[in-house]
Amino acid sequence: MLEIRDLHANINGKEILKGIDLTVGDGEVHAIMGLNGAGKSTLSNVIVGHPSYEVTQGCITFNGKDLLSLKPEERAHEGIFLSFQQPVEIPGVSMVNFMRAALNAKRKYQGLEPMPAGDFLKLMREKRSIVELDSKLTSRSVNEGFSGGEKKRNEIFQMAMLEPTLAILDETDSGLDVDALRVVAEGFNKLRKPKTSAIVITHYQRLLDYLKPDVVHVLIDGRIVKTGGPELATEIERNGFDWIIKGMSL
Amino acid sequence: MEATKQYIDFYSEVCETIASRSQTEMNAQREAALRTFSTQGFPSPKVERYRYAKVEADFSPNYGIALTPLSGPLPPYCFRMADAEPRVRVLYNNVADKADSIVALNTMLCVDTLVVHVPRGVRVEHPIQISNILKGEQDTMVSRRILIVMEELSEADVIITDRAASQSRFLTNQVIEVIMGDGSRLSLYDVEETHLLCTRYNSVFVRQGRDSRLHHTSLTLFNGHTRNRLDVQLQGEGSEVTANGCVIADKMQRVDNNTLIDHQTPACQSSELYKYVLDDSAVGAFAGKVLVREGAQKTVSKETNANLCATRSARMYSQPMLEIYADDVQCSHGSTVGQMNETALFYMRQRGIDEREARLLLKAAFITEVIETIPLESLRDRLHVLVDKRLRGELSKCEGCKLCK
Repeated sequence: MLEIRDLHANINGKEILKGIDLTVGDGEVHAIMGLNGAGKSTLSNVIVGHPSYEVTQGCITFNGKDLLSLKPEERAHEGIFLSFQQPVEIPGVSMVNFMRAALNAKRKYQGLEPMPAGDFLKLMREKRSIVELDSKLTSRSVNEGFSGGEKKRNEIFQMAMLEPTLAILDETDSGLDVDALRVVAEGFNKLRKPKTSAIVITHYQRLLDYLKPDVVHVLIDGRIVKTGGPELATEIERNGFDWIIKGMSL
Repeated sequence: MEATKQYIDFYSEVCETIASRSQTEMNAQREAALRTFSTQGFPSPKVERYRYAKVEADFSPNYGIALTPLSGPLPPYCFRMADAEPRVRVLYNNVADKADSIVALNTMLCVDTLVVHVPRGVRVEHPIQISNILKGEQDTMVSRRILIVMEELSEADVIITDRAASQSRFLTNQVIEVIMGDGSRLSLYDVEETHLLCTRYNSVFVRQGRDSRLHHTSLTLFNGHTRNRLDVQLQGEGSEVTANGCVIADKMQRVDNNTLIDHQTPACQSSELYKYVLDDSAVGAFAGKVLVREGAQKTVSKETNANLCATRSARMYSQPMLEIYADDVQCSHGSTVGQMNETALFYMRQRGIDEREARLLLKAAFITEVIETIPLESLRDRLHVLVDKRLRGELSKCEGCKLCK
């Protein structure tokens, strides 16, 4: 599904990613762990095409397409979704208008007619219940006045509406209490289809207990330095990253 | 000076024609207006309230000057000057700023007045809609005058729309006088939807009696050069005014809103919210003064001007002003000028909304706050649609326009 080869990327002239190789197959869940500043969020931003990041070397293909030549909105239409670490408040743009614009843009890309208003509202109701998102929230402006937990839930709700094939969860667990984390993670699991893949960026084991990754990567200083099975996450939770870093210098 | 002389010469040629087509109350004011206009001429940018306008340049082009009385059927509660009650006719030119030369020019050249008269205690159920449609093959200057008299305890919604039906150059000099009796309520909407070759000077003067409520909304959806002036005298205790406005401008459009809220007595409230969305090389100006006079205790006043410049070449001049001569008041004022929220833009694009659509949604969202304050629901819904169309470029009547080719 996703193939990243020798990816180097800069922000403001500073190199953050220094040669990433990563392959995510259909239906796989990959966890990426690492210290702050290792380049985890940069990697997710580069995949979705954030204009502040400059790719200097390497390539990304997504289902055979050259991802780096596509605009952010085209990558979204192809099925990539980023659950933002800090979801953005957009006062004055209602959730309904926002979701309708997003959904119909995707349908247009797929050569479909816009969804009839009745069907759309029914879909909103249906998906909202999966993440237990209050109807009051979906009648408000995008993320405006939402609590931290509500914003994260809203991200998963949007994912439910757009049905991506690759979801990137960028520290979706940060700022969530235990109950909210369960709702978000279970919501995500309910939405997954056999072919849906995910990249989960996190510092903690907690979220991974729910999401059950197939592969765990450790990202340090812009490189993936260690890859293993789910047991790697448990080991990091117990012993931290020091032993990996020490292992590198040997 | 050249332009001033042209208008004076023109007036001396046609003053008899004007007088013969007009009424006593209007004719009685013309000589004094001519003196004011001749002495002052067109205000230069050194005149404080015309700092951001280019008056001389706006009035200089050679226009044919329309001297036609009102025609066509009038809405309920509306009259030609000649048909209005004498006690209403004498109120003509009572509230307007007679010392202002743009007002004076209107008083000199205007042939008829549209009088809106709502008698005591009458609650007008349906909005009164006044449509000004500019039409004609020749470049034309129009002087328009509206007098709104709300008697005690009366209520009405008045919607004034300015449109242009042909692609000629038009210059409009409009003066609106509003007299609000004790306990009266008026929602006054002024919607401009003209084209790039239209220049508009619109001066609105309001005098409010005790416990009266005015909700004024000025919407510049499409225009060429526009200057809106709004002066409100809160003369009766406990009176309230809400004066909101929104501006959407792009290309080389210019919009200048200049307001004065004059708190003359205690316990009055005023609230102002003006929002601009400027694109391309548009220029916007907002200068709003709130004056709290000595003795106007317990005044509550709030003034906000927020602006969005979507390009680096768009310019906004913002000047909120507060002048207070009383010591027991609650007043605030503020202004912001910002750019497109790039973070929000990217968030929307990640969800699949293309950049053009995302920008459009953000601009409409910025304006929404003003439209949401409109009490009249049907108008609110209509305006949401109009704003959307405007931002999509579906409202600009660019066919055959010399500038948009």
